[in-house]
Amino acid sequence: MRELPRSIREAAELLRTRKASALELAELALDRSHRDAHNAWLHLTDDHAREQARAADVQLRQGDAPLLAGIPWACKDIIGTKRIPTTAGSRILEGYVPPYSATVVERLDARGAVMIGKTNLDEFAMGSSNENSAFGPVKNPWRADRVPGGSSGGSAVAVAAGEVVFSLGTDTGGSIRQPAALTGVVGMKPTYGRVPRWGVVAFASSLDQVGPFANTVEDVAIVCEAIFGKDPNDATMVDMPSDDLRRDLDKGLKGMRLGVPKEYFSVKGMEPGVERAVRDALKVLEREGAKLEEVSLSLTDHGLAVYYIIQPAEASSNLARYDGVRYGLRVEGPDLIETYRRTRGKGFGPEVKRRMILGTYALSAGYYDAYYVKAQKVRTLIKDEYDRVFEKVDALVTPTSPTVAFPIGAKVNDPLSMYLNDIFTLPVNIAGLPGISVPCGLSEGLPVGLQIIANSYQEGTMFRVAAAYERATPHHLERPKEKAA
Amino acid sequence: MALDRSVVEKAAGLARIALTPEEVERFTGQLSVVLTAVERLKEVDTEKVSPTASVLPVSNVMREDEIRPGLSRDEALANAPKGGRDGEFFRVQAVLEDRP
Repeated sequence: MRELPRSIREAAELLRTRKASALELAELALDRSHRDAHNAWLHLTDDHAREQARAADVQLRQGDAPLLAGIPWACKDIIGTKRIPTTAGSRILEGYVPPYSATVVERLDARGAVMIGKTNLDEFAMGSSNENSAFGPVKNPWRADRVPGGSSGGSAVAVAAGEVVFSLGTDTGGSIRQPAALTGVVGMKPTYGRVPRWGVVAFASSLDQVGPFANTVEDVAIVCEAIFGKDPNDATMVDMPSDDLRRDLDKGLKGMRLGVPKEYFSVKGMEPGVERAVRDALKVLEREGAKLEEVSLSLTDHGLAVYYIIQPAEASSNLARYDGVRYGLRVEGPDLIETYRRTRGKGFGPEVKRRMILGTYALSAGYYDAYYVKAQKVRTLIKDEYDRVFEKVDALVTPTSPTVAFPIGAKVNDPLSMYLNDIFTLPVNIAGLPGISVPCGLSEGLPVGLQIIANSYQEGTMFRVAAAYERATPHHLERPKEKAA
Repeated sequence: MALDRSVVEKAAGLARIALTPEEVERFTGQLSVVLTAVERLKEVDTEKVSPTASVLPVSNVMREDEIRPGLSRDEALANAPKGGRDGEFFRVQAVLEDRP
């Protein structure tokens, strides 16, 4: 065996028919990951992976192993892992070793999944290109001079390059869906409050969610089944059964009403090749029996402004904890304040500093009402607008990102143009909705993503649409031709 | 809105981040562009709208106050920065001045 199975289902079949052992899959994943030429990994955890694989093999031999037993996966390095370094892509956390694991990691551990290592990301998940990592940019396996998207670029690439079967990322404004689109894999952000965030490094707490990357819609649903559900350690959750996630995968689109928000197609900077691929996808959905309806989300344009007040404001508060006292980097000065200033000045990269300054400014006396409260009010209006649209349609279909993967270095000194990459994904976080990106073809030889958005807690409906599209097209089978070094 | 250097310096001070003069210069320009884009929110009428802090339909989640195992002292201290541990304690610089 030289290639990992594409899907959890294929891998589970190999494991159950004894055509492969969990240890063999782990060795293959480790071998491919060690030869990764894209800088997707920050730490590979060989011994830990082998230990988990051996345990999974025992479970498999006993015949009652969960579906995820023995499946190699990759963990974004912002998700805490017990006794395994967790850096959040930042110098300020270099060498930090969490004393406990995030709940999502514990849940995958309990199901016998095999973690291969920790993946590269934009520092503290702040970025759309992975160029903000303190440990160097991730390269896109489709073209080495292109970004993979961000912030979960390493997790996207590990799947796209066939180094693991699935991975976890986090999505605050598009950080799973946009890199999924740019690397040609499936990536999904759950409804706010469905996945525990205990043990995940906090970025913007009213927006952050953990979610999976995989090669198929079904795999994403399988991982969601494992990580969804209430955790006593996270008070920001809803108690909601998740037994419907795979129920409607095969139902098809007959009778479904899909909304096409016109504002998502009239954005400046949208590439014609992206629009063409997405329009073609709409035709496929119609052919499969869906009824398409043009809808209006008139505040789409204001999403960016709301997001770039609320998100830096929350981040500036969350990142106050990096003070050089209890963990991480400390750069000592003559007094405590100077120690704080030097530690944070040295430990944070430029994008994190920009957002700390912006967020602190938006929260400061005299500006709080004009920026932060105003943004929270427009947030209410954006949520209301989605609520009204979901009275008429079952799901929305849009492009995931206005462009294909752009050249490394192209936008790094122009924050606003970088932020515009997430114009179609960040309103979904503002409203707390679930969203998924699925591959819908190529433009200029690079992958394009189709985003499907559903109402809160309607992941089952969203997967139904995504799975029907996947069955009707071959796009999810396309893989980068570039070979690993 | 065109920002002034002093605004960036003040916010960086509040955020306890030391910046080089070059960083102040660069961030002033970049954040002016971002703030100009953000200020378009003024166009939206929000007179009768209440703010949304979280989309979650829950508040004040309560549970029994039960004793559960936590981190041991050594685990809690294990990540102390270099020179930041003193036996059973984190070592920090004085916060308050000595009394005269």
